[in-house]
Amino acid sequence: MISRIYITPKEKDSRETIFKESFNKLDIKGHVSHVALADSYTINADISKDSLIDAARALTNETIENSTINTLPPVGDFSFICEIGYMPGVTDNVGHTAEEEIADLLHYKWKSGEAIYTSKLFFVSGKLSLIDMKTIALSLHNPLIERFNIIDAKEIKKNTIQTIVPNVVLPKKVPVVKVSLEVSDEELIKIGKEGILDPDGTRRGPLALDLESMKIIKDYFKKLKRSPTDIELESLAQTWSEHCKHTIFANSIDDIKDGLYKTYIKGATNKIRREKGKNDFCISVFSDNAGAIEFDKDYMVTHKVETHNSPSALDPFGGAITGIVGVNRDTIGFGLGAKPVANTYGFCFGYPDDTRPLFRDKTLKQKMLPPKRIIDGVIRGVNVGGNCSGIPTVSGFVRYDERFRAKPLVFVGTVGLLPKKINNKPAHQKGAIEGDYIVIIGGKVGADGIHGATFSSVVMDSSSPATAVQIGDPITQKKLSDAIVKEARDRNLYTSITDNGAGGISCSVAEMAKECGGCIVDIEKVPLKYPGLTPWQIWISESQERMTLSVPKSKWKEFNSLMESRGVLAVIIGEFTSEKNCIVRQNGKEIMNIPLSFLHDGLPERQLYSKKEEVLNKTPKVPSGASRTPQLLKLIQNPNISSFKWISQQYDHEVQAGSVVKPLSGRGLINTNAQVFRPLLTSNKGVVLSTGECPSYSDIDTYHMSACAIDTAIRNAISVGGSLDNLAILDNTCWCSSYDPIRLGQLVDAMKACYDYAIGYGTPYISGKDSMFNDFKGYDEKGNQVSISIPPTLLISTIGVIPDINKVVTPEFKISEDLIYVLGDTNDELGASEYYKMLANDDLTKIGMNVPKVDFNKNTKTYKALEKAIKSEIIASSLSIVSGGLATALAKASVGGMFGINTNLKKLKGNAKNIDAKLFSETQGRILVSITKKNQKSFEKIVKGISFSLIGSVSSNDKFMIADGKDKVVETSVKKLATAYNSFSERMK
Amino acid sequence: MKINKPKVIIMSGYGLNCEEETKFAFEAVGAKADIVHINDLIKEPKLLSKYQILVFPGGFSYGDDTGSGKAYANKMKNHLDKELKEFVERDTLIIGICNGFQIITNLGLLPGGLVHNSGGVYLDRWVDLEVKGKSPWLTGIKKISVPIAHGEGRYIIDNKKYTQMKKDKEIAFVYTKGDICKFQNLKANPNGAMHDIAGVLAYKGRVFGLMPHPERAMFFHHRPDFQLRKEMLKRKNKKIPTEGEGLQIFKNAVNYFKK
Repeated sequence: MISRIYITPKEKDSRETIFKESFNKLDIKGHVSHVALADSYTINADISKDSLIDAARALTNETIENSTINTLPPVGDFSFICEIGYMPGVTDNVGHTAEEEIADLLHYKWKSGEAIYTSKLFFVSGKLSLIDMKTIALSLHNPLIERFNIIDAKEIKKNTIQTIVPNVVLPKKVPVVKVSLEVSDEELIKIGKEGILDPDGTRRGPLALDLESMKIIKDYFKKLKRSPTDIELESLAQTWSEHCKHTIFANSIDDIKDGLYKTYIKGATNKIRREKGKNDFCISVFSDNAGAIEFDKDYMVTHKVETHNSPSALDPFGGAITGIVGVNRDTIGFGLGAKPVANTYGFCFGYPDDTRPLFRDKTLKQKMLPPKRIIDGVIRGVNVGGNCSGIPTVSGFVRYDERFRAKPLVFVGTVGLLPKKINNKPAHQKGAIEGDYIVIIGGKVGADGIHGATFSSVVMDSSSPATAVQIGDPITQKKLSDAIVKEARDRNLYTSITDNGAGGISCSVAEMAKECGGCIVDIEKVPLKYPGLTPWQIWISESQERMTLSVPKSKWKEFNSLMESRGVLAVIIGEFTSEKNCIVRQNGKEIMNIPLSFLHDGLPERQLYSKKEEVLNKTPKVPSGASRTPQLLKLIQNPNISSFKWISQQYDHEVQAGSVVKPLSGRGLINTNAQVFRPLLTSNKGVVLSTGECPSYSDIDTYHMSACAIDTAIRNAISVGGSLDNLAILDNTCWCSSYDPIRLGQLVDAMKACYDYAIGYGTPYISGKDSMFNDFKGYDEKGNQVSISIPPTLLISTIGVIPDINKVVTPEFKISEDLIYVLGDTNDELGASEYYKMLANDDLTKIGMNVPKVDFNKNTKTYKALEKAIKSEIIASSLSIVSGGLATALAKASVGGMFGINTNLKKLKGNAKNIDAKLFSETQGRILVSITKKNQKSFEKIVKGISFSLIGSVSSNDKFMIADGKDKVVETSVKKLATAYNSFSERMK
Repeated sequence: MKINKPKVIIMSGYGLNCEEETKFAFEAVGAKADIVHINDLIKEPKLLSKYQILVFPGGFSYGDDTGSGKAYANKMKNHLDKELKEFVERDTLIIGICNGFQIITNLGLLPGGLVHNSGGVYLDRWVDLEVKGKSPWLTGIKKISVPIAHGEGRYIIDNKKYTQMKKDKEIAFVYTKGDICKFQNLKANPNGAMHDIAGVLAYKGRVFGLMPHPERAMFFHHRPDFQLRKEMLKRKNKKIPTEGEGLQIFKNAVNYFKK
């Protein structure tokens, strides 16, 4: 029986006005005069009428809501109903909770095929055409995951509407097929690129295996005198994917025999750790789901930053939420299970007002989402994922460039806290033991997220699979997380744990099997969301919120009863063995048998070659005259510099009660460049987090782009109170067209800088991740081919320990009359600066050549001096000078404190001579500090060995003045600067 | 009956997430606090009779699915209705913070309800509160600044009930323009709550629900103006406090049983 319960608010819902306003902003001919909302629960189950009434009562808070059963709610007059629901098989979190509530209330056991499906009803009034309504519907849903239904009020009879039950019906398929590889090279290429051919003539989706890899697989099975099964081939494709194997970083390139990762990243870390000797603070690097450093004598902190770019381009909300809850699992899956204590994010977007349409296919049917939709969805995804999980979102950044409009970059990170020892054993070590059960906990498996790993290893085009999209369920994961890190871990109930991310159990089980030898999996034991999935789909599905554990047989009973009592599904799917192979059975019959050695190491090595390309840019025309007031006011509105308060405020950054330096600071609520929090409330120690990323510099030189990203991240951390003595860094490389020798040449340069500067500063890498194909190939609205590649981007994230949180310093000016200093030289380095980009109107041929270069010897002295000054508590404010240069830093510190300034740049140290360079050069290694006059002597004593300039003082009024000798180069008010700084954020709210 | 170390039960499970810092706050002021998963309490409902203070902490129980606080309240109603009634009838204290407030309004322990913020999005910021009601939880507090972080925090109440509550001193506190709003130029009412209500009371002030998070204001460094105040105190050679204003609420609860 199918029934419907509608819930409506008693009091006018404030969202109704917000929807009305946003509908009227769409490209519609008519006008929306009123919107009313209703939640609908479509119940497909065999329950009595009385039970239905009870169910409706449970779903209604009668103080604030009304409900009706089967008949439409009384919302007054309306012209159309627009109903938005999910496509079959898409995770419906609210539906699942409703099922659970009703099961608990009525003691009802849901039968197979029965379910609750939720949808939202928009009752829209106004003079509107069906076309207008379709435009409205399109603004409300994403066709990849949601469906819509428009009903004309005139056609509604008996106050009921047609009910759609989006249950999944999968066509019957042969469970396991053998794939003959005794075919032409052409066919091998096709299998690799488009997937295995199904009997119905369709391909299953990308394996992302090239001809060379396909041939190695072919030869391997030829020796065995059999064809691989589909599950074997899919499994190899997952494990060998760029996403999992990072071949570009692993393979030898030019004369770099050991490859970029071993030589430059791991190589740097090993060298730094050796040199630090007994002062080495690293505990676990590169070997686990995250990296870990020492926090205090009893605890370690972990950090991991992930990217979730490809899924976020297709379904921004789903992509971002699975990104954030996915990286939370990396933390839970670190060692024996770390507790997530902070989230971080970083978004690289196209500009929100860029409405140029893009299509994935030539027939212009697969339209890409415009930047504004991507921005809204991604921000909301991290909002729901982070907020629901009770993890503070402490640190973040946003960058804009039109080349991110098709494929945005979505970085998400999580910091964890883990005791050094649990039950007297090191908690960062783990290992499955022969005979342990293979146990899956968390969500069930559906067709969602199939080919995610292989999909993100290729260019996005019309063959990008929609099934790669998933929606996260933070509550299922929260239950799992609490049950593991707060209970099962300390009761010693498992020997190893890992996250199910890319490649699903095919990767996690095979990865853990390395710890003891091998594994046997009975695929039919994996719990499914709906029937009809074939073994290969179950094996590689990336359905969310699952972790794989090895549970000793003697502990299973206790483990399972704990999970049951916490509402967490736990299932044994097989056993770890000491055999050296990975076996999968279906109802006892072997359908996969591959030695782990071939699975993990069979991938052919290949030699990569790179090529250098010379860049020659012109410089833009700089303004004449002495005043740069209009330029500063314009620059500070630039979204790469201005406030992103509207994001910071919708992310809970205070849960867990450890917040010290918040994302927003001072009277003016300016965004901070580094944040500090206390992961342990019993300790005064803090953790500092910051990031650095300079994608624009890649348009001139990736070596310096990389160096500046490292310097910026480190400088941000030091400026708030971090120390070079215990600062670790993480690298996230997001590249494009990575098989193109020129792009590889840029990559080699960037990695060389990674090595040079990490060693220069003594900051080891503890974890990293790459995403190498951030390209879009498609069409514009006229059917012309378009390819867009992102600017090569290196994100550097830092994590460090602060001995005393009471000594940290925030960026805003504090008290009038305080002296303002610039630490470090200001050089003429405007190349690819925000200022030059603004003057060049984003014409990349006119952004100059003098990109900032980093001198780590000089900067180390500056940072050490600042560290000392902060430790002696003589600094009132400290802000690292980043994009936009000194003038924007001064503006930010002024807006933060709501104080004017009186400054003169005449004696500014460094080779910047003209006013444009003095104000807007992005020379690295500089920090803007203010101190009380009383501390002048002691401060200047500390900084005497480094370059510093006393440029003026904080005033008691609103006047913001920067002079250069006799010229007043910037003259405005803090109020004007504040309005400009906040204008973009206010608009995006 | 005088109790020197009252026992606090803090509910957990299904997405509640502020239980640990709430426990920390209670223990910092001399209580003994236990975090108990709802399923463990369902298994042993008698456990509740051992406690003097019942806490529904903040969080996202069931991800706000089907309405904030609703699903968790349904589970309480389905399994612990009797024990909860018994608890409330004793001389005990109950507090619901944020999601906990949403839960106890759904349980009917407090009047009114909480709906989507008028701004339409989740909001994390600080607010200033002015105490209006009479409750053991609020002894000695007139004004207090604490943070909020919620998407469904707009309190709504019908007029008749409101008038009655006002008379009975059951409006715990209202949003007001105080230190922090002046400092950061913020409007007083962050979510469009009717009559600016941030928290309410029932059962002679023993049952207390509030949207703001006092446990996130238990340290002085939590305050948004911490850095400025620190700098000013330093220059006057004065001691920088460590405790935050929010802690007083927890102290009051403990003191109630010490009397």
